[in-house]
Amino acid sequence: MRDRLLFAAQLVFTALVAAFLIVPAMLSMLAGVTLNYFRGIHSGLTLQWVVQVWQLYPDTIFRSFLIALATLAVTLVVGIPAAYALHLRNDRISRAIEEIITLPLAIPGLALALALLLTYGGFSDFRRSWLFILAGHAVFTLPFMVRSVMAVFGAIDLKSLDEGAASLGALPWRRFRDVIVPNAAPGILAGSLMVVTLSLGEFNLTWMLHTPLTKTLPVGLADSYASMRLEVASAYTLVFFVMIIPLLVAMQIFAGFRGGPTARPR
Amino acid sequence: MSLQQSRHSNGHGVAVRVENCAKTFTDGTHALGPVTLDVTRGETVVLLGPSGCGKTTLLRIIAGLEMPNHGGRVLFNKAEVTQVPIERRNVGMVFQSYALFPNMNVAENIGYGLKIRGVNGAERSARVAELVALTGIEGLEHRRIDQLSGGQRQRVALARAVAVRPSVLLLDEPLTALDAALRERLRGELNRLLRTLGITTVYVTHDQSEAMVLGDRIVVMRKGAIAQIGTPRDIYFAPASRFVAEFIGAANIIDAAYNGGSLLFPGGKLAARPDNMTTKDRVLVMIRPESIRIVAADGARLCGQIETVSFVGDRQRAAIGGVAAKPIIVDVPNSVPLKPGDRVGLAIDPSAVRLLPPDPV
Amino acid sequence: MSKRTFVGLCFVPLAVLVTAFFLLPMARLILTGASGQDGLRAYAAILLDPRYRATLFNTISLAAATTIATLVIATISGLFLQRRRFPGHALLVAMLTFPLAFPGVVVGFMIILLAGRQGLLGDLTLRFFGTKEVFAYSLQGLFLGYLYFSIPRVILTIMAAVEKLDPSLEEAARALGAGPWRVVRDIILPALAPAFIASGAIAFATAMGAFGTAFTLATDVAVLPMLIYTEFTLSANIALAAALSVGLGLITWAILALARSYGGTSIAAAG
Repeated sequence: MRDRLLFAAQLVFTALVAAFLIVPAMLSMLAGVTLNYFRGIHSGLTLQWVVQVWQLYPDTIFRSFLIALATLAVTLVVGIPAAYALHLRNDRISRAIEEIITLPLAIPGLALALALLLTYGGFSDFRRSWLFILAGHAVFTLPFMVRSVMAVFGAIDLKSLDEGAASLGALPWRRFRDVIVPNAAPGILAGSLMVVTLSLGEFNLTWMLHTPLTKTLPVGLADSYASMRLEVASAYTLVFFVMIIPLLVAMQIFAGFRGGPTARPR
Repeated sequence: MSLQQSRHSNGHGVAVRVENCAKTFTDGTHALGPVTLDVTRGETVVLLGPSGCGKTTLLRIIAGLEMPNHGGRVLFNKAEVTQVPIERRNVGMVFQSYALFPNMNVAENIGYGLKIRGVNGAERSARVAELVALTGIEGLEHRRIDQLSGGQRQRVALARAVAVRPSVLLLDEPLTALDAALRERLRGELNRLLRTLGITTVYVTHDQSEAMVLGDRIVVMRKGAIAQIGTPRDIYFAPASRFVAEFIGAANIIDAAYNGGSLLFPGGKLAARPDNMTTKDRVLVMIRPESIRIVAADGARLCGQIETVSFVGDRQRAAIGGVAAKPIIVDVPNSVPLKPGDRVGLAIDPSAVRLLPPDPV
Repeated sequence: MSKRTFVGLCFVPLAVLVTAFFLLPMARLILTGASGQDGLRAYAAILLDPRYRATLFNTISLAAATTIATLVIATISGLFLQRRRFPGHALLVAMLTFPLAFPGVVVGFMIILLAGRQGLLGDLTLRFFGTKEVFAYSLQGLFLGYLYFSIPRVILTIMAAVEKLDPSLEEAARALGAGPWRVVRDIILPALAPAFIASGAIAFATAMGAFGTAFTLATDVAVLPMLIYTEFTLSANIALAAALSVGLGLITWAILALARSYGGTSIAAAG
């Protein structure tokens, strides 16, 4: 009896917390397709706000995707070899390098943006292009890729695979391409999902680094929250959700595959 | 009076009764299929069997960590405890991994059950000291768990379980995690300790030598059912089935023809007077390797040829071919010279021949 | 090409990216912080000047309150979700971890929808109590916002840690007579301590550096990131902004490093 009461209490508590998190999100999605938020859903459903968002902010959506994919490309090219080298060396210098890579996560995005502005503000072509934002995103998301790939390297006994391939005559680059990277696929995939999701949602850095011509979706969102009516802001948020949710689901499913069964006594 | 005889429980009365307990897990696995077992007060019962036989499940049902399927009952001293959770059964349990609490030191671990029961600090310290002395871990009271060796951890786990003066002591393969030499030494200590304490004990293991040393009675289990219950001697000399015979000690299991008074082997004849054999003409017999003597081939009724000889340390083990369908294993003292290829005779005392029921289909 | 050369080459792209877009800029930032009229004293200003000290105090208090509240909530829910299974379990977990990717701006918007001038809570309190409660733009609103982005992250970490708990420890405690609350207090919570420290530190660091939420809620409450922002963009007080940023970065980094010495890898701070 006491156990059932405890269960009920915990369930209610958890459900309340979940409601706190989900209800506003649901509200915003609903508001995005409601004719008039004040009158509620009775005023009717419409796609006009979404259409308006599409007319006002199409560049932000494209640019966010562009930057996210570009960030992914950069982190793959930079991160996978780095993870490989760090895993192999496994000495004090590697620890230090890992520490440095992870530093951007400890520094608030604002500080990092400021630093970038101070250093490259003078290079106006660079400063004004989307590549500037890319640079910030790449530095910020790199640790996730590196960590994810290193984790899978640790799990697959990379050393034996590498030595096995070497004994068959494969040179380092060949081994990297044919053996190392394919076997690290789960970690690369997990890292990629993480990088793209983070880049799409990045605000702190991007707000400081953007110009009116290089706005991303989160930057546009901030604009709309400040200046647009609620329905438009909600529709815009809805667009963001639609972009982000498949990625989150993919990450959850992926994480689920790696879980193991629970043990039972014999 | 031998040590074996003095081990029969002095207490009387059934301390633990398991009645028709079966267990099917939520994923459908049928781990234990109805068993009934009585444990007398003060005796040590060993549940012995290969992994997957249900012995741990049975132990956990007695402990109260698992509920038996509907219809199963567990009784402590004739009182029904089936629905009583483990917290209130007053059992002492030693887990295979010892489950020592890493956030407490040795003394705190041992005293934890007493703390729960509201025993005050002074009394607790006294009792902890008593157990530390009993289990021989003086000096370790303030160590943290990760600073202990395997053998020390095992002793702390035992001390903790016994500190609360449980009515039943339950041990789940407590020596399995240790290396062979340590295991043998601790086995002896454990035995002495259990004798001294006199608590009703249920002990789970897959190691048959442990079972023989520690158990007053052994419950051999297989695939969720009890294969045989008996004293170590009963189980060893009079196994009830091929499975039990092969699980305990080495055994020669031979399929032989029977012809009024003699077993007929390819390598000769053996006089036999086993019981219930009268009507059948093919039987399954078991003969232990140490019950067979190597004699000269001339004049022996049973002959064969030595195939291999292994030096085991305290004796030799020879495989004799040509006697039965499969080679017969014989234990031979080191003093007897043997060579592969020699023709030898086998002398077997008819009373050492044990009949087994036919293999289940 | 030898193995060693190849491994060395693997570091090159990394070296280029990190040096150009992190190390150099950070160095520049630190130097700029000391380049203002106060020189190096600007770095001490964060602690000495009463205005900034008040802001620092606000920020730390808010971050601390968020961390503690989040840990409590996440532990209760995390233990519950990891240990019990029931229809709708997966849905509940999904709902709790869904906001993981929301940037601070979106969180701010969520709080506005919940407790803003046209917010849900305002409507409900109007209907039941006659007065409309609007607190999105105050300290409470900010606190809620911080809770909003901290809970999903911490719950995931706690759930992962609960999964790794050794069940035989709890069974042993139960065998010794410990009731459920005793088991939680003596066995489970101590075993989760490393997870608390790790995820608590991350929650704290994230809250310290949170910008988007405060920006959207446009509160009067001064938190350090907002101060840095206004100094830089509105007052063009570059040196001061730099100094404050470095200060904030140091404090955040120190907290994380402290927590890391208690245990392993961790998910990182973001937005």
